[in-house]
Amino acid sequence: MKKKKLAGVFLSLSLVAGVLAGCGDSKTSSSGGGSSDSGETIKIGANLELSGGTASFGQSAADGLKLAIDEINKEGIDGKKLEIVKVDNKSDAAEATSGSIKLVSQDKVVAVVGSATSTNTLAQVQVAQDNKVPLLTPTATNPDITNKAGKLNDYVFRTCFIDPFQGTVAANFASDEIGAKTAAIYVDSASDYSKGLAAAFKEAFTAKGGKIVAEEAYVTKDTDFRSTLTRIKSAKPEFVFLPGYYEEVGLILKQAREDGIDLPFMGGDGWDSPKVVEIAGAEALKNTYITNHYSPEDEDAKIQDFVAAFKKEYKKTPDAFAALGYDTGYYLADAIKRSGDASPEKIRQALEDVKDLQLVSGTLNLDENHDPIKSATILEYVDGKQTFKTKINP
Amino acid sequence: MELIQQLVNGVSLGSIYALIALGYTMVYGIVKLINFAHGDVFMVGSFVGFYAITVMDLSFIPALLLSMVTCAIFGVLIERIAYKPLRNATRIAALITAIGVSLLIENGLIYVRGAQPEAYPNNVLPMDKLDIFGVSISSQSILILSVSIILMIILQFVVHKTKIGKAMRAVSFDSEAAKLMGINVNNTISATFAIGSALAGAAGVIFGIYYIKIEPLMGVLPGLKAFVAAVLGGIGIIPGAMVGGLLLGIIEALVSAAGYSLWRDGVAFIVLIFILIFLPQGLFGKNRREKV
Repeated sequence: MKKKKLAGVFLSLSLVAGVLAGCGDSKTSSSGGGSSDSGETIKIGANLELSGGTASFGQSAADGLKLAIDEINKEGIDGKKLEIVKVDNKSDAAEATSGSIKLVSQDKVVAVVGSATSTNTLAQVQVAQDNKVPLLTPTATNPDITNKAGKLNDYVFRTCFIDPFQGTVAANFASDEIGAKTAAIYVDSASDYSKGLAAAFKEAFTAKGGKIVAEEAYVTKDTDFRSTLTRIKSAKPEFVFLPGYYEEVGLILKQAREDGIDLPFMGGDGWDSPKVVEIAGAEALKNTYITNHYSPEDEDAKIQDFVAAFKKEYKKTPDAFAALGYDTGYYLADAIKRSGDASPEKIRQALEDVKDLQLVSGTLNLDENHDPIKSATILEYVDGKQTFKTKINP
Repeated sequence: MELIQQLVNGVSLGSIYALIALGYTMVYGIVKLINFAHGDVFMVGSFVGFYAITVMDLSFIPALLLSMVTCAIFGVLIERIAYKPLRNATRIAALITAIGVSLLIENGLIYVRGAQPEAYPNNVLPMDKLDIFGVSISSQSILILSVSIILMIILQFVVHKTKIGKAMRAVSFDSEAAKLMGINVNNTISATFAIGSALAGAAGVIFGIYYIKIEPLMGVLPGLKAFVAAVLGGIGIIPGAMVGGLLLGIIEALVSAAGYSLWRDGVAFIVLIFILIFLPQGLFGKNRREKV
């Protein structure tokens, strides 16, 4: 009985606290702009997956972001330094929401660098919109983040290209570089990511005058693909687009090669895991390509400088998450510089007005949905290792 | 040509179903229990084979044998711990226990080693492609098919030519009468579990080599499919399980071949429903009247 009462007291207390916090919060959002530019430092929030299931993504992005901010702070922005306030969202959407609320209301950051995965970033979109503080995600690729059902989230931005864009790039690569006239699509019908890429590929490939000769589907966790592969084989395509995730992709490639399908296969960044090599084997990965955000082997001077700096700091090769985290730091710093007074509203405008910003992962421009238009990198698997093949501009 | 290729695909898949279905059918034949943990014994066999190959550096045949022995012991343990105390309980109690055991094995393994998938090494068996009139068959699938057939022949021999096989058939026919004739029913049931589980273990290793990826929940769907295969052939009848397994594999391959690959799992269970409605005794079953 007593315990129940105590719990009740706590509950009402926390409710009151919540209301108070809410009040304080609304006050800061109206006057927040004025207070933030009087300090010595400009506070940026970083709400990333530092622990939990997708910690490797969040940690990489955090490393890249820190490297960028350290470099920017050598000169500072108009004499002020940037300070990152980190929040660990534990790879959990609810934690991501409360983390963002804390950053905005308690730490009074001028902008939040959002999470590495789409789910956790989606959980922060409403907080950013309500409090009018820009949210900039380095690597969340789901289209809904910036534009849900035709409605633009005007405070939300991203540094990476969105999912369907990879399909378009793959189609251009298939018809221009491989010279394929016919293609088969093999899609994971349980994944929106896969279907989004496939739809974009189909549209772009037919627009180029190509013909889709087979459209087949599987579902996540399938293990036997031989029958469908035999069907694809008899449709005689010159190219197979396989926009799945690494587990099934590995099995599909292996079974395809066993069944004597020696065609070029291509997919998106869903392949980007060492598991795909482990499952399929280096031999089966011959003549396969993926689209990705960047390659550490790209000869571009900007990329090589970044790779060298990152290696010096962390003693490892930066992956795409680290590169995009790094780019996010520069994108944000650029916007803060152009905003003049570093108020959330001006930063939002500056983020939106970005034009031809040179970043590691390409030259950044935004379309009307706040989605970046920039080059994608094509990687080829050679002896089971990703090697830089070419860069495709949109 | 495409049709023949699809039949080859179907037979390879079907022989794995058949090996698992044999365990189902033998156990059902003797204790009238659908052992839903059987699919998980298959999974455990697959992992034993994986660790035998990667950690202990064994080659295919020793790994297969080790996995079969481990699974046989595991199957007997399951029977002794979970099912034997319920031998005289209602059949529904035993069935629910079987589902419980299945969940325990799956989640127990996830607890011990995590849920991440594992990949069988690629070099366990030689990989050559044979092209016969435009039909490409990998040497792996031929070897896998022959191992399955050899195991089934050995099983037939055990059931029909040995003393324990005779005891099994007797217990399955009438366990009370068998007991009166001096047959040790408990040992016979354990032997059945051991043999069925060993076959599931073998199927696990073969599955791992053929499909590479293994994970703690991999046994669920093949287990259910094998159950369908067992019912299709007539549950409790050993040749029925073999034919049912191969037939189900071929049906699935043909469904995919017709372009309905997303319907493949659905069709397997539609087969189950139709069999239960129109031919409940299965293809090989005799329509025996209920004993009163």
